[in-house]
Amino acid sequence: MTADSEHIFNKTYGSVPRKEDARFLRGKGTFTDDVALPGMLYGAVLRSPLAHARIRSIDTLAAQAHPSVEAVITGETLAERNLAWMPTLSADVQAVLATDKVRFQGQEVAFVVARDRYAARDALELIDVEYEPLPAVVDARTALDPGAGLVRDDLDGQVDNRIFDWSAGDKAATDAVFASADVVVAQDMLYPRVHPAPLETCGAVADMDQVSGRLTIWCTTQAPHAHRTLYALITGLPEHKIRVISPDIGGGFGNKVPIYPGYLCAVIGSIITGRPVKWVEDRSENLMSTTFARDYHMHGEIAATKDGTILGLRARVLADHGAFNGAAQPTKFPAGFFHIFTGSYDLRAAYCEVTGVYTNKAPGGVAYSCSFRITEAVYLVERMVDLLARELGMDPAELRMRNLVRPEQFPYTCATGWQYDSGDYPRALRAAMDMAGYADLRREQADMRERGEYMGIGISFFTEGVGAGPRKHMDILGLGMADGADLRIFPTGKAVLAISCQTQGQGHETTFAQLVAGELGLSPDDVEVVHGDTDRTPFGLGTYGSRSTAVSGAAAVVAARKARERARIVAAAMMEVSAGDLEWVDGAWRVRGDPEKAATLAEIAMAAHSGLELPDGVEPHLDAGTVYDPPNLTFPFGAYVCVTDVDPGTGQVAVRRFIAVDDCGVRINPMIVEGQVHGGLADGVGMALMQAIAFDADGNCLGGSFMDYLMPTAVECPSWELGSTVTPSPHHPVGAKGIGESATVGSPAAVVNSVLDALAPLGVRHADMPLTPAAVWSAIQGRPIRSDLAIT
Amino acid sequence: VQIAVNVNGTEYTRVVEPRLLLIHFIRDELGLTGSHWGCDTSNCGACVLWLDDLPVKSCTVLAAMADGRRVLTVEGMARAGRLDPVQEGFARCHGLQCGFCTPGMMLTARWLLDHNPDPTDQEIRAAISGQICRCTGYENIVRSIRWAARYESGDQA
Repeated sequence: MTADSEHIFNKTYGSVPRKEDARFLRGKGTFTDDVALPGMLYGAVLRSPLAHARIRSIDTLAAQAHPSVEAVITGETLAERNLAWMPTLSADVQAVLATDKVRFQGQEVAFVVARDRYAARDALELIDVEYEPLPAVVDARTALDPGAGLVRDDLDGQVDNRIFDWSAGDKAATDAVFASADVVVAQDMLYPRVHPAPLETCGAVADMDQVSGRLTIWCTTQAPHAHRTLYALITGLPEHKIRVISPDIGGGFGNKVPIYPGYLCAVIGSIITGRPVKWVEDRSENLMSTTFARDYHMHGEIAATKDGTILGLRARVLADHGAFNGAAQPTKFPAGFFHIFTGSYDLRAAYCEVTGVYTNKAPGGVAYSCSFRITEAVYLVERMVDLLARELGMDPAELRMRNLVRPEQFPYTCATGWQYDSGDYPRALRAAMDMAGYADLRREQADMRERGEYMGIGISFFTEGVGAGPRKHMDILGLGMADGADLRIFPTGKAVLAISCQTQGQGHETTFAQLVAGELGLSPDDVEVVHGDTDRTPFGLGTYGSRSTAVSGAAAVVAARKARERARIVAAAMMEVSAGDLEWVDGAWRVRGDPEKAATLAEIAMAAHSGLELPDGVEPHLDAGTVYDPPNLTFPFGAYVCVTDVDPGTGQVAVRRFIAVDDCGVRINPMIVEGQVHGGLADGVGMALMQAIAFDADGNCLGGSFMDYLMPTAVECPSWELGSTVTPSPHHPVGAKGIGESATVGSPAAVVNSVLDALAPLGVRHADMPLTPAAVWSAIQGRPIRSDLAIT
Repeated sequence: VQIAVNVNGTEYTRVVEPRLLLIHFIRDELGLTGSHWGCDTSNCGACVLWLDDLPVKSCTVLAAMADGRRVLTVEGMARAGRLDPVQEGFARCHGLQCGFCTPGMMLTARWLLDHNPDPTDQEIRAAISGQICRCTGYENIVRSIRWAARYESGDQA
């Protein structure tokens, strides 16, 4: 912890109600589809019905003749402007509108601009595309076979479907540890393709002002500044003439990090027609074409001594990235942060290899609150530890407790090189076990088994790594992941904080006001937080990977402390004392030894704007700005216990209880933190029990609506039982760590471990998510099913 | 077709396409954007509003079917500037994060409490089970509705 220990329990921190609620409760939020401009037109995207096909011809004449249609845009139109392809966030290219081939079902082929939404859809029906179907590459496991079709024949030198081979860790040391281990357990497991499915789909309103040459884009974006730069690079428009406004966002979860073809089509539609163009995708378009998550085929191996000391971990991963590598993650990490897969355990050696492949499926590959693939990593290690416990005949909680990194080992450098900043893991695990009543649950389980009833107790312990990140290690398309903050303090002591990150429901307008108010002795009501408009905010990389509090939050605090230091000099001039004689106590600069002689920030602000004489070189006013380059990630962690009841006759799983103890360092607004955890736990239950985007042999997407791709509702979710420990981050200015994705990262393994614990007496060792009734029943029958493919 | 609809106490008469969905009528024709659209398949409930005295998913109702009927949307929940206790409950219990599902959730909650002033948690969960929230994990929505029920029974100020 920093020397500023008083800020751990800053007076302005606490569960204060959210500022943003006032508008949402009254239906007065402004989401992208709520934006209506005079003369606005509506766009609709024609999508490929086939997963893989050559385009022979596109006939748009009938659509163009539709009385309400203003423009029909195809890949050919775009190619004339060199806009048919755009860069992805992983330095691949993606077709904006297909010119040569379609490479996944739902790919963008043409764009119609019409005078109303219904007419735009009508006109799509009038476009005639002639396709020459090609065999689809659907199964990642055979994508590299010699006979597999080539998905990306557009790329020079691409001879197969391989995107990358990547590895981390010390292979020789790991092999040596495995060779000498008493026990080695191996398991294949699939983390199926899932989709974050925010309730608001993606969309944009583009308005190109032909006179000023200014382009304004209202858009569902989690990263408005990064998007502005990308629009400049793609379109060639000068960046200072582009304004990206991210209004209220109806949930993001990573889905709204990339730029999608529809956004660009709206921009081009506005350039062509000279009028504003709105494009909002429907739910099927969202599920079938925007960025998915996971799709990791993993082989894990764990080595241990026979008394339960874990020695090493190995993993081989086949990563399905779909037709274009659109994974949104720091450039140097093609498999994201997967190599943090040693999790929370102190082991000697670890090594992982990840191979990325192209398939004829939607592009993407990181989204869904996963902290850049730490979700997959935690799932792997937590399943492996449970399998090891079963092999050794040990209690899984005891095995974990024995191998957790110990508090005195922090800062701890794990076998693959990450430096965990702080933690007290045993305390969190004990807290979760106490809340769960672990021993009683085990007794109840034994009694139930006597009666032929199947109850499971699943544990997951996770370490997250969030707040990307140090610029020297982390960038996206060359943009270092540092965030600015601008603080303006007005003469009456009220303040406006402008930040680059973008809330999608996380409550930044409240939390960031609490942060600044805490540093300056103000009330959070005195601080207005501005975000979501590139014209009004400093540059920064956006909100994803749980980085807002960790990076932008730190920036806000640093800016406020700069202002406070200037205020000290002004206060000294006001009170005619030396600045060294002042101390910041109780929200005011006070004369040491004479605390009644003091100046509050409001008093100092007025003086700073007055004609008061200041020492040489001291600027008037109190405005302050900063750009924060985090020295390291923050490493929140937690211990989860899930209790399930499984009906072996139907395979139905019911989540009876879920206990979650999270440590995200100092909590600025505990109410908001708990809300973040609640949401992530529901995500975990959804992924573990009901969600997968599967495909048939022809590459048809089988998860294209909420009737097929299931969302957990209030009846599948238990009443979450939350606990907390607080281990401050030593390098964050107020000791906070990110929390947004902890529960999504940590919970799926707890649910799956619980179900497999329930099924243990039936001899079931492993089954892949989602553990639907059919999957559980089939596993009980000894015939596990593949959840990613429906091939008959 | 010409339709006359009473929305939040105001009469609107408009000529609309027969195929126009009620959610688009409310949002695009009347500019009441508090009701949201989320799925097209009646699964998510972001578009829930009241048609006469029943919550409906307005993505699956034609605007023409609302002719001569009353519609209540989130914009009509507060009375004389005073929030409905359900709205107050959502604010106090952090029953919303991104705010997208919130109008539909609150309108269903209002209907529930009108018909069952003292619901159990299970009854609350069942009542909102046709609606999806991606942010809250439902816990605080349940608490919000319970808060409103207690407030209305005089159990808390």
